[in-house]
Amino acid sequence: MGAPTLFTHTNPTTTTPFLSQPIEVCVGSLHNIPLGEGRAYRVGSETIAVFRQRNGKVFAIQNECPHRGGPLSEGILGAGSVICPFHAWKVNVETGECVSDPCTLRTYPVRLDGESIYLKVEA
Amino acid sequence: MNPQQNSRPYSNSERKQKIVVIGNGMAGARAAEEILSRQRDTVEVVIFGDEPYGNYNRILLSNVLTGSQDAKSIFLNPLSWYVENDVTLHAGVRVTAIDRENRRVCGTNGVSETYDTLLFATGSRPFVPPVEGVDKGGVFVFRTIDDCAHIADWAKNCETAVVLGGGLLGLEAARGLLTHGVDVTVLEAAPYLMPQQLDVEGGKILAQTMEAMGVRVLTSAKSVKVVGSSDVEGVLLADGTTLQCDMLVISCGIRANLELARESGLQTERGILVDDQMRTADPNVFAVGECVQHRGATYGLVAPLYEQARVVADVITGVNPNAGYHGSRLATKLKVMGVELASMGRMADAQQGDEIVTYSEPGHGVYKKIIVRGDKIVAGCLLGETDTASALMSLYEKNDDCPVRRADMLFGKASQAGGDDILTLADDALLCSCNQVTKAKVIEVIGQGKTSVLSIGGCTKAGTGCGGCRGLVQQCIEAFAGNVAPDPSANWYVPGVPMSKPELVAAIQAKGLKSVSAVYQALAGGKDDPASKPGLASLLKSLWHDEYIDERDSRYINDRVHANIQKDATFSVIPRMFGGITSADELRRIADVADKYNVPMVKVTGGQRIDLLGVKKEDLPAIWNELGMPSGHAYTKAFRTCKTCVGTEFCRYGVGDSTTLGVKFEKRFQGVEFPHKLKMAVSGCPRNCAEATVKDIGVVAIETGWEIVIGGAAGSRVRAADLLARVGTHDEAIRIVGRFMQYYRENAKYMERTAAFVERLGIEPIRDVIVNDTEGIGERLDREIQAAVDAYIDPWSEANEPVHPKQFNALIPLEPVLATSKR
Ligand code: SRM
Ligand SMILES: Cc1cc2nc3c(=O)[nH]c(=O)nc-3n(C[C@H](O)[C@H](O)[C@H](O)COP(=O)(O)OP(=O)(O)OC[C@H]3O[C@@H](n4cnc5c(N)ncnc54)[C@H](O)[C@@H]3O)c2cc1C
Ligand code: SF4
Ligand code: FES
Repeated sequence: MGAPTLFTHTNPTTTTPFLSQPIEVCVGSLHNIPLGEGRAYRVGSETIAVFRQRNGKVFAIQNECPHRGGPLSEGILGAGSVICPFHAWKVNVETGECVSDPCTLRTYPVRLDGESIYLKVEA
Repeated sequence: MNPQQNSRPYSNSERKQKIVVIGNGMAGARAAEEILSRQRDTVEVVIFGDEPYGNYNRILLSNVLTGSQDAKSIFLNPLSWYVENDVTLHAGVRVTAIDRENRRVCGTNGVSETYDTLLFATGSRPFVPPVEGVDKGGVFVFRTIDDCAHIADWAKNCETAVVLGGGLLGLEAARGLLTHGVDVTVLEAAPYLMPQQLDVEGGKILAQTMEAMGVRVLTSAKSVKVVGSSDVEGVLLADGTTLQCDMLVISCGIRANLELARESGLQTERGILVDDQMRTADPNVFAVGECVQHRGATYGLVAPLYEQARVVADVITGVNPNAGYHGSRLATKLKVMGVELASMGRMADAQQGDEIVTYSEPGHGVYKKIIVRGDKIVAGCLLGETDTASALMSLYEKNDDCPVRRADMLFGKASQAGGDDILTLADDALLCSCNQVTKAKVIEVIGQGKTSVLSIGGCTKAGTGCGGCRGLVQQCIEAFAGNVAPDPSANWYVPGVPMSKPELVAAIQAKGLKSVSAVYQALAGGKDDPASKPGLASLLKSLWHDEYIDERDSRYINDRVHANIQKDATFSVIPRMFGGITSADELRRIADVADKYNVPMVKVTGGQRIDLLGVKKEDLPAIWNELGMPSGHAYTKAFRTCKTCVGTEFCRYGVGDSTTLGVKFEKRFQGVEFPHKLKMAVSGCPRNCAEATVKDIGVVAIETGWEIVIGGAAGSRVRAADLLARVGTHDEAIRIVGRFMQYYRENAKYMERTAAFVERLGIEPIRDVIVNDTEGIGERLDREIQAAVDAYIDPWSEANEPVHPKQFNALIPLEPVLATSKR
């Protein structure tokens, strides 16, 4: 166990510089994501959760839960937040703010072009 | 960190009083809370804490060590509290020097802060006796969250442990180690356990109780050396014997952390010396908590330090500069090894001529002793039975006269005389001694509409210390909340829709709402609260059956992919093995699947079947197909397993065919959903090898047929099931069981297991409805459960007909051609 893993937060401010400047990446069709759910995508060295809310809004956020690394893309989505499937921490998918703990997750601007989802990933 | 960054801009021209607290433990953080509750606008609070966390409830570390509580659940002030209250916390920073002349404290990492007022709350540390070898690996103390983690970690590879010190903490450490499967011996130098609180006889009785629980106790044992090469291998005792052990926990008392105060020129003896205002000789420097020595006394319990925190806050903020702390008469309920113990004063203070009232029942671990001097209680202990504790502690703390009939102090409920009956308890009696909350205070907030133990704790702090008083608070609610309007949201079925279950059901039916999103649109202004989705889905499905519009995003991940998510985001697959019976052919298929898909673990579960753990989400459909067995529903709120024993088929004691009946149950009810999971078992005779009496529904063969029991549990709380009915045949058993199932489906709250359900309704009323059909709904219940049985579809059939093409994808590969464009 060592130091209790409970308190090791994945530091949200360390971005992995896999690209030197902001670029847009197409991650594919909206219809790959069931309505109201999320799915994960691997872009460079990042795993990004993309959510398709019932009201049509699409959000992209780091997939890793700041608590113990649960996959947020498998969580329950609604009212702009996702609940982690592991221990129910709640994260605002729009701002990246974690409601259960004072920290902020990486978010990625989303642009829809027809059915295609584009994410802006920054270095 | 740059210290300049920490001084925040002042909103008005007047400078705020800056209070720096050293120590972010139970006293320091509480003092900060008390200060802020008095003066939020004119003070700025900065706290240094050596431990890199927020403030947690140290008392509950014992529960963390036993695993009965998660470390996360014991936080009193999580990091967010500091942010919300504008308190600067230097977590993980130790103060190393104080310059009182320039009013500045310096900490590690170059952090420094100036102050107007300084508050020491440095607490204490475990005393480690200067015995040779205590620096070896595997030697621990027990004080912090990190200590807990290290002890638990080391215990994993240990068989034997020694705890040095038989006081409260030593015994709690021993209990904690026991739950890690380690053989524990407690060494106490005094001739009996808990020499602070007990006397010889009480200590011996406690030792017996502990031995019965599996902890070895050696008293009058002086250790002279820790032996071993680099790690501890044993403890050498003064009598020349060596006790082998793989780890050693030292719990020999505490020493105040006073060095920093002493180095900065403040007066110290056993603690930092303070006056009745908790002030040191320097008028700008105060101290509270275990690091303090007040009127010659130091304290090692939370109640006095909470009182000190109130006084210091009154004085520092100027709300009441004359507030005074006058010392505490220590009375506490302790929680040793699950043994009940209340203690006040010190037994050793008995003098000649004192009146001694005792009762001793060693066979049952009960020992009670009160020392009375001139009608006042000097000291007392209640071991093994504490029903009179609150009344007695109240007498002691207020220094009131004891009852003329002394026996009233010792005996509670059985004799109906003076026990902790909430109605007879005086209004100013303390319910919560950790936080000094009186019965009157609790009744007052009940009057304001707080009607749950949690919400009462929220505004009075009752029950948030050691938790020992929660039962009394509950009794208070039951006795006094009769006509109080409770917090409305406490009755909402889910947090996101402001309606009780009956209101919600009525609205859903009136408006014909058949999907979760329709409910949000019609009843919650379109706000689709994610936390409420599964509860709503469960309710809608039970109301509309096949008319229900199933939106998969309302399901928890387990129910979207019909498998249980694991800590590494893989899944587990548990196929059905009806009644725990399998065949060579099934086992062969399981083995083939395990090989082909590199399943990391194949495990026999506690539910008499086989679990394939560590399966990739993408492999689930293929595995289900190749197993050719139906889903075991181990991931959802539905019928789980029916365990069986071999019964009359093979067992020489069997009086009923338990395997056949168990298989019938499981075939019939598989897949039926409930408010929570539901487990069954059938035993072939009252020896009950299938453990039917701790299942949600159990069936036990007797000479004349079958006994049906309900409401058993064997999880975090064990509850023996209650007898519902005796029947003659398999068919009758199936009918009664099905009837109860439907009744539970209709009347339980979401996530209420049968144990809680049966306790809430009572077994008699349930029996009336199910067996005697007093409400005349028996046949309807039978029909409804039959409909649920008929609607069964194996969810694993989605292997071939997924509801969405990407249902079983965790990661979606990017499109082959990356359409990237610079912007
Ligand atoms: C696999 C199994 C342990 C094993 O290796 O044997 C197991 C595994 C889990 N149990 Fe269990 N329980 C298993 C038998 C039990 C039993 C024993 C039994 O069924 O006879 C009990 C006590 C009986 C009872 O239910 O009263 C049991 C009481 C619980 C509880 C209830 C705690 C409580 O508050 O009383 C939970 C938590 C819950 O339901 O909320 C739980 C929750 C869990 C979860 C689902 C935790 C979770 O949400 O991830 C575990 C899934 C592990 C995983 O990653 O797949 N498990 N669990 C057993 C599967 C049995 C099966 O074949 O279906
Ligand atoms: C396992 C266990 C069980 C207990 N059970 C009970 C019980 O049932 N009932 C009861 O009443 N009491 C119980 N206690 C005692 C109770 O926890 C203490 O009385 C209480 O925590 C003391 O509070 P404190 O703030 O004075 O000290 P602490 O809680 O120890 O806090 C002091 C803090 O100051 C920090 N610190 C010290 N020096 C510095 C420095 N120079 N710079 C920065 N930070 C510093 C320390 O790291 C620590 O975090 C128990 C204690 C333990 C360990
Ligand atoms: S399987 Fe059950 S007992 Fe074991 S760790 Fe998981 S929830 Fe706890
Ligand atoms: S990993 Fe624990 S809540 Fe997300």
